[in-house]
Amino acid sequence: MRTPTASRTGARPARGPALVLLLALAACGAPGSPPARGPQPARLPHYAVDRDFSLPSSPTWRAARQRGHLVIGVKEDQPGMGEKNPATGTYTGFDIEIAKMMAASLGFDPHRQVEYKAIASANRETSLQNGQVDYYVGTYTINGGRRKLVGFAGPYYIAGQRLLVRTDEKHLKGPQDMAGKKICSAVGSTPLQRIQSDYPRARPVAYDSYAICVDNLLNNQVDAVTTDDTILLGYAAKDPAHLKVVGRAFSKEPYGIGVPRTDRAFARALDDALTGRERSGDWKRAYDATLGLSGTPAPRPPRVDRSLTG
Amino acid sequence: MTTRSPATPPSGPKPSGKPSGLATLLRGRGGQPAPGAASALYDIPGPRARARHLVYGLLTTAALAVLLAGVFYLLTDTGQFAHVKWRPFAYEGVQELLLGGLGNTLKAFAMAAVLALALGAVLAAGRLSDHRPVRWVSTLLVEFFRAMPVLVMIFFVFVALRVQALPALVTGLTLYNGSVLAEVFRSGVQSVDRGQREAAYALGMRKTQVMVHVLVPQAVRAMMPTIISQLVVALKDTSLGFLITYEEFLHAGRLIAINMDYTMPFIPVVIVVSAIYIGLCMLLSWFANWVARRERGNLKNEAVAVAPAQAGSTMPGARP
Amino acid sequence: MDVLTNNFSLYGEGFLGTVRLTVYSSLLALALGVVMAGFRVAPVAALRAVGTTWVTVLRNTPLTLLFFAMLLGLPRFGVALPFELFAVLALGCYTSAFICEAVRSGINTVPLGQGEAARSLGMTFGQTLGTIVLPQAFRTVIAPIGSTLIALAKNSAIAGSFSVVELLSTYKTLSENGYSVVWSFVWIALGYLILTLAISGLFHLMERRWGVAR
Repeated sequence: MRTPTASRTGARPARGPALVLLLALAACGAPGSPPARGPQPARLPHYAVDRDFSLPSSPTWRAARQRGHLVIGVKEDQPGMGEKNPATGTYTGFDIEIAKMMAASLGFDPHRQVEYKAIASANRETSLQNGQVDYYVGTYTINGGRRKLVGFAGPYYIAGQRLLVRTDEKHLKGPQDMAGKKICSAVGSTPLQRIQSDYPRARPVAYDSYAICVDNLLNNQVDAVTTDDTILLGYAAKDPAHLKVVGRAFSKEPYGIGVPRTDRAFARALDDALTGRERSGDWKRAYDATLGLSGTPAPRPPRVDRSLTG
Repeated sequence: MTTRSPATPPSGPKPSGKPSGLATLLRGRGGQPAPGAASALYDIPGPRARARHLVYGLLTTAALAVLLAGVFYLLTDTGQFAHVKWRPFAYEGVQELLLGGLGNTLKAFAMAAVLALALGAVLAAGRLSDHRPVRWVSTLLVEFFRAMPVLVMIFFVFVALRVQALPALVTGLTLYNGSVLAEVFRSGVQSVDRGQREAAYALGMRKTQVMVHVLVPQAVRAMMPTIISQLVVALKDTSLGFLITYEEFLHAGRLIAINMDYTMPFIPVVIVVSAIYIGLCMLLSWFANWVARRERGNLKNEAVAVAPAQAGSTMPGARP
Repeated sequence: MDVLTNNFSLYGEGFLGTVRLTVYSSLLALALGVVMAGFRVAPVAALRAVGTTWVTVLRNTPLTLLFFAMLLGLPRFGVALPFELFAVLALGCYTSAFICEAVRSGINTVPLGQGEAARSLGMTFGQTLGTIVLPQAFRTVIAPIGSTLIALAKNSAIAGSFSVVELLSTYKTLSENGYSVVWSFVWIALGYLILTLAISGLFHLMERRWGVAR
């Protein structure tokens, strides 16, 4: 409407503002990126690299060795687990730490010989099947359906559905208090379906992503966010002054490392590596530096399930 | 009666060189609506009508103002204009991310545009071929790809053929837009006056020569605005890459929007991303319109278009 | 072949989802589009500006961006609609811009004398447009509206990526259940062909019944 000569042909572009914006974007800028909360790169543990490691029976490992580096599939939008800093391009989180310690155990330097690839949930199986990634660490629940398509090592963490609330919340202490409360989750997700079927008195609210749920929680528009506690702890670790995770877990989600289905030797090597890292204390150090920032102490690491690798 | 009707509303655009209302009205063909047509629907407003229109205008403006103020209030009330929500855009890293996303969008667009033009040319040649099987196959392909949702093709290539996101996106866009462009090219070639073709054959040119030297240049010229409009569609459809996790502009925007370190600036991201995206598409649309206007103003084109109706006149440019 | 027979209810649900999206969005798009076309030919400059802005902005907006903006922007104001409604809103608004342009060029094909006759009978703008011009314009815009609605049916596939049950998104469930991806897509493609052919058939009938010979 600003253009007084709005022509009837209907396509007079308001290209001024867009250009100005583009120029403004390109022209001036503070260097770097806004300070990141949550896991600090400087405070992350270092993992000893097993230089002599060799696994010639695994085609995945051989290919990676020949290439000179590992390609690891991760999440890029899950704070505390696998998050990419949009500006610097670095990844942080518990899943990333697991990916790094596994790389170190396989004989690759986690800082120089690892390439991360952000893979969305929908494409996880495909990326493992067609060899886009060597292994995948990203809130990947082991279940029967997936085991038909990909192999699993682990589990390295037993997640469970819990509740994220504001720190000033007094009444909502667990799943038993959800009646009449607005409980937010991602649309179409398993946690949302569980609320709808098992807790009919709660008032479920569905949004496109957990970030919108958390934003609405901070703005008092919902009373709690629910999904796997790992994701919730990640948000709480970013803002422990305002967010906390409460209640017992009301589901059990064993997280595994996804590997190509046929490469059993590779999965077994990862199982050995996990067991070793849990014993050496690296697992707990990784937790403390990431999810532990939420104030929730580290649980005992789960036992690796050797039956998965047959 | 008709001499009165050209009175367009005071602030309306003045159609240039309008002989009469009727002629203007009937000239509105091929998606180019006649500018003065609206005047057929109402009389030149008298004093009372003018007053009434003024009241309507004020009411509309007031309603819009209330609406905009409401939206503005909601945005301010929820702190969307707070400095902290916009600060992320001030950092170089974030700007680079956005520009990188935009670059990926434009890369996909450029690849899809070039390949679609090539595919369109091939399919159009196939449909104009003298060999029946070639014609059939081309027709079948064109009709099938035009009937499928472009997203179905993108997902098929991405999921079933297991390729990366960018080639999947480009393939889908190429197949769809290539088929649409094939039809554009074909109707362009067929719309060239028959005399041109006949004259070329009479000079002893072969079919390929006739096509390349006589028909295609004229067809492309006449169809340029339509071709560019179709490219706008391709540009808009690159955003479908967002759905198969291609790291294009919307993807970059989403990463910033859902990031807690940036205070999750949903609204600012939506505002910035929309403004740039819509601005880009408008720029290209505007270019298409500009080309169309320039073509219409071109005397040579006018003569070619008019020639068939004028049996006696063979002098291009003889008539304006 | 057994992809279809074993999952008939899944396909049916998806197909009905797509049909529902198409029908509701069409109704919204037609209503909005006609109103906006009325605005664009109205004697009041402010209304014309509203119509022009609506069309110009929406025609240059990628549909994915519209979904993106709605799903990311509206929840911030506490709007929590069912996702199917979000999808209908996005598809309807987007398509209304194209309907508006089709109707407006239809209005332009109505002979000038019709409007003049109506006016000389003392009809107001609303009466002229509503009872004289639009009914005649309707006869010429059947075909363009038909192709716009076919485009709408095809565009509705985008909704599947935003958690709405529709035809394209059935492939996910099928591939999780281990069915052949290629065959899943063959039946999905067939579903869209059926739908677009049905719309095109319907509009052919309407064109034969009411259309103007051209």
